[in-house]
Amino acid sequence: MVELMNNKNLKYSAMLFLSPALLAIFAFFFLPVLAAFVMSFTDFDIYSLNHLWRVRFIGFENYKKLLDDPVFWKSLFNTFYYVIIAGPLSVIVSLCAALMLNSKLIKFKAIFRLTYFMPVVTTLVAVAIVWRFIYHPRFGLFNYLLGFLGIDPVDWLGDPDYAMPAIIIMTVWKNFGYNMIIFIAGLQNIPEYLYEAAILDGANKFQLFRNITLPMLAPTMLFVGIVTMIGFFQIFTEPYVMTQGGPLDSTLSIVLYMYREGFRWWNMGYSASIAFVLFIIIFLGTIIQFKFQKRIFG
Amino acid sequence: MKKIILYLILIVTGLMTIAPFLWMISASFMYDGHASVYPPRFLPDIFTTIQYERLFSRIDLTKNFFNSLFLSVTVTVISLFLNSMAGYAFAKYRFGGKEKLFKFLLSSMIIPAQVTMLPLFLMLKNLGLINTYFAIIIPGLANIFGIFLIKQYVMSIPDSLIEAARIEGASEFQIYSKIILPLATPILITLAIFTFLGTWNDFLWPLISLSDNSMYTLPVALANLMGEHTKDPELMMAGSVITIIPVMVVFVALQKYYIKGIMLGSVKG
Repeated sequence: MVELMNNKNLKYSAMLFLSPALLAIFAFFFLPVLAAFVMSFTDFDIYSLNHLWRVRFIGFENYKKLLDDPVFWKSLFNTFYYVIIAGPLSVIVSLCAALMLNSKLIKFKAIFRLTYFMPVVTTLVAVAIVWRFIYHPRFGLFNYLLGFLGIDPVDWLGDPDYAMPAIIIMTVWKNFGYNMIIFIAGLQNIPEYLYEAAILDGANKFQLFRNITLPMLAPTMLFVGIVTMIGFFQIFTEPYVMTQGGPLDSTLSIVLYMYREGFRWWNMGYSASIAFVLFIIIFLGTIIQFKFQKRIFG
Repeated sequence: MKKIILYLILIVTGLMTIAPFLWMISASFMYDGHASVYPPRFLPDIFTTIQYERLFSRIDLTKNFFNSLFLSVTVTVISLFLNSMAGYAFAKYRFGGKEKLFKFLLSSMIIPAQVTMLPLFLMLKNLGLINTYFAIIIPGLANIFGIFLIKQYVMSIPDSLIEAARIEGASEFQIYSKIILPLATPILITLAIFTFLGTWNDFLWPLISLSDNSMYTLPVALANLMGEHTKDPELMMAGSVITIIPVMVVFVALQKYYIKGIMLGSVKG
């Protein structure tokens, strides 16, 4: 009986500890997600903002409209372009940096690590502003350095063909340090004897990497792949600050389009449907990565 | 030989990583127009603090700096309290559906925050909280990643400590505040840095939910300023320095905890 009382008390305490956080998360995360889902089936617009009774359910109209909206398709294309190039590129750079910093030949590892990580913690808005000037066609640091390689000045942010590559380069610079840290942790978890045994069997450097390092890093790779993809699909600040989505909508991302429709033009129903398409894309992307990586690494 | 090449690559990468920061700091100490030259300068020809004076007097970024500082500290303190209680409950109490609830929370982390922003905006607007500090604090009250991080850490604290305290007659809240919190200090510091930097650096939500210049956080104020000063790199670099320096200081001082946190967070996704 006492035991039972005690158990009940403990459950009560658990509820008390949990409820503030869970209530907050429910009210300000899950409830809005549900509300956004409902909103995406309404014609919520600027007139509804102060007169909620004007809102009408319109079924799948918003989603149908999306299919016929060339600007939306453009933003979809741009975002995929960005994720498909910048994602793998930044993961590869991270892995290379981690492999180098994991080498036994290297000292001062802490300093290199700190340096490479610096861009990760710095404020994206500020960094995007700095890069906007770095990409200046005449006075920018970037074209100046490219000049040494014999490359003619490029109007990075003013040319529709180069604006997205410019944002991708900046993204890799800003983010590679994060995954690098995770890869370093993953590398340090690989037991040394695996390498020693393989070397005894006469394996060369490439075989070691291909047959030990990569498979042992598989769980890390999956985590890094998914987290990077989720984050990159949400790109907003870089185009907002550096190009405003231009030139010619060449850097307009899904979230930037959602922001414009929702908070500039107050087409909130339409904007909610954009947000949900983004969610579905991220969801599918996560599942695909799970399946795909399982097949590769077993 | 191999060693030299490796060092060379590492050093060149390092230089490329910090070059934008060096140029930013240098340009922020230049007079108008002095950063718009070819070739780019890495040192001011005439050193001046005029850009900073302008930012703090005429443009009055002081208020925005204070907003950012106040909001980051407030969100950090409150969410640390809520997350640590919930994380502790998930780690050390047994109740029906716990595992399922936790899994559900974890898997919902793939929902992009942007999905919530439209309804959240309407909700706060109806409560009259848009363009107030509450608009930033309320969505930051608790977060799933924070709960996850605390839970992972607190699970490693032995149950026997808690049992012993219970036998001695400590209340459940005393166990949490007198035993768990002190033992979990490293992870609390980690989470505090994450939250502080996350709030300080956040852009989209403050951009949406704050509408007055005097309410803006630094990133929003800076982006806004950029609209009027696209031709003034010197001024904008000074603004960027003011925004970036605090996070750099926090990070460099506490980097050990930050990096541990990333590693812990990646253990199980």
